[in-house]
Amino acid sequence: MEKRIEQAYAQRPRRWLFEAAVAAVVVGLLVWSGTAVETAGTTQSGAKIAMNILAGIFHPDTRLLFNLTTQGVPYLLLETICIAFLGTVVGAIISIPLAFLSASNLTPRPVAFVGRIIIMAVRTVPAFVYGLMFIRVTGPGAFAGLLTMSLCSVGMVSKMYIEAIEDLDVRVLESLDAAGCTTWQKIRYGILPQLMPNFASTAIYRFDINLRDATVLGLVGAGGIGAPLIFAMNAYRWEEAGAILAGLIVLVLIVEWLSTKIRVKLARG
Amino acid sequence: MNLFDKVFPPRTITLANGKQIQKPRSRAPLYAAALLAMAVVSVEVTGFDLGVLVSRIGEFFVILGQMIPPKWEYMSQIWEPLFDTIKMSLLGSFIGSVLVVPFAMLASTNIIHNRAVVAAMRLLLSIIRTLPTLVSALIATYIFGLGTLAGTTAIAIFTFAYIGKILYEEIETVDMGPFEAMEAMGATKTRAFLSAIVPQVLPSYLSNCLFCFEGNVRYASILGYVGAGGLGLILNEKIGWREYDSVGMILLALFVTVFIIETISRAARKRLV
Repeated sequence: MEKRIEQAYAQRPRRWLFEAAVAAVVVGLLVWSGTAVETAGTTQSGAKIAMNILAGIFHPDTRLLFNLTTQGVPYLLLETICIAFLGTVVGAIISIPLAFLSASNLTPRPVAFVGRIIIMAVRTVPAFVYGLMFIRVTGPGAFAGLLTMSLCSVGMVSKMYIEAIEDLDVRVLESLDAAGCTTWQKIRYGILPQLMPNFASTAIYRFDINLRDATVLGLVGAGGIGAPLIFAMNAYRWEEAGAILAGLIVLVLIVEWLSTKIRVKLARG
Repeated sequence: MNLFDKVFPPRTITLANGKQIQKPRSRAPLYAAALLAMAVVSVEVTGFDLGVLVSRIGEFFVILGQMIPPKWEYMSQIWEPLFDTIKMSLLGSFIGSVLVVPFAMLASTNIIHNRAVVAAMRLLLSIIRTLPTLVSALIATYIFGLGTLAGTTAIAIFTFAYIGKILYEEIETVDMGPFEAMEAMGATKTRAFLSAIVPQVLPSYLSNCLFCFEGNVRYASILGYVGAGGLGLILNEKIGWREYDSVGMILLALFVTVFIIETISRAARKRLV
């Protein structure tokens, strides 16, 4: 028995050459990337600043936190939710035709490939560049933020929509065909029930991410909670930054909990 | 029988054999109404105006038009920040994904039976995850000074939180047989974890790390905006000077880089899982 075990152990698959090569490449890459780290910029007061930041975050400015005017945290959070919500809806609507065009099981290969390249290009441009472009259209404010959010959502949402469309079970359509259904009936009873839970789940997931990324919009003045947060941090007003961050963190945690619940329900049908 | 069914009673259908069945009313109108209400509030708050959008959408393409054709000569100055961006995301992803392993182990209910520890770890991971990357980058620049180290830290923090959540969910779905067998034979928790759980979660863990790295390259290009090094630094500068043809070149370089990295990592991930 022991002999057989030893024999089997001696005959275990050995791919040490491949593994060593991968390890060498990974270590090489890490050493190479280590050259980018320069510690010269680290200031002596770094630790002190870090303590100040932590103290500010744990002692949020309660006046700002419970201020019900348009300057207060609750209104800013509401504005951020609205930007993220409409941004997700608009982005999801734009994604639907784009996804159908780029699904390789529905359209010819060249069309699908071009569609995918477009989606990737849309995804690559950083959010604040879109923000700048849209501010030219609408002027600074929440409207520009909303449009930026929707364009940023398109990349990820349409990618996941494509996957959902490519996973469609076409046998359902065949049997509906055999039962004599019209095209519209096939879409209504064959395609929509398969896609809707997936599409809704993706949109809710993206809403989650958009809410978290809304700070980026503040960089270019496109509304939401980002701008006051970054102003407060740049001016070293840590109590204010702490109040805004506390509000944002609580909101994101609540929304995440809710959206996970809804998505689990959607996945189980 | 919940509230909705009481307000809108289910329709009763009599079948051919005389049996009565109840078909509950569709919930779709309720969801549609809720979505519509949210949309109306959002339109009100954000000032969404389709008229403005349609009449002024041409302005959107003004900057885009100035980006084309990109200024090719500028490429020579892009290489260094571009490599900085890649280095930042590579090192940050590596540090974050390695550091999180013990925390993910402590956050899995099937390894640690102490509910308090698990809850505390999960709360910690959630809070770090909600912290916007831009904010952690900004804080890092105050501590480490302007430069790539701040960006690397921010990316490491983001990766830590992202991989942590996926990893503990992954650990909770593994086959616990080998782990229990090793514990029964007297192995410590860490030893049993290394030999029984790690081989099961390793492929998907590596795949997730690669996926996170792909995303981080994109993210790293934003971080320069707050002074955390990389492409964002020159991007911000060129936007400030309105040299949009240079901006176009930067974006093109970023696009090609992301495309190459995604292709390689997708091939690697296909081999893993």
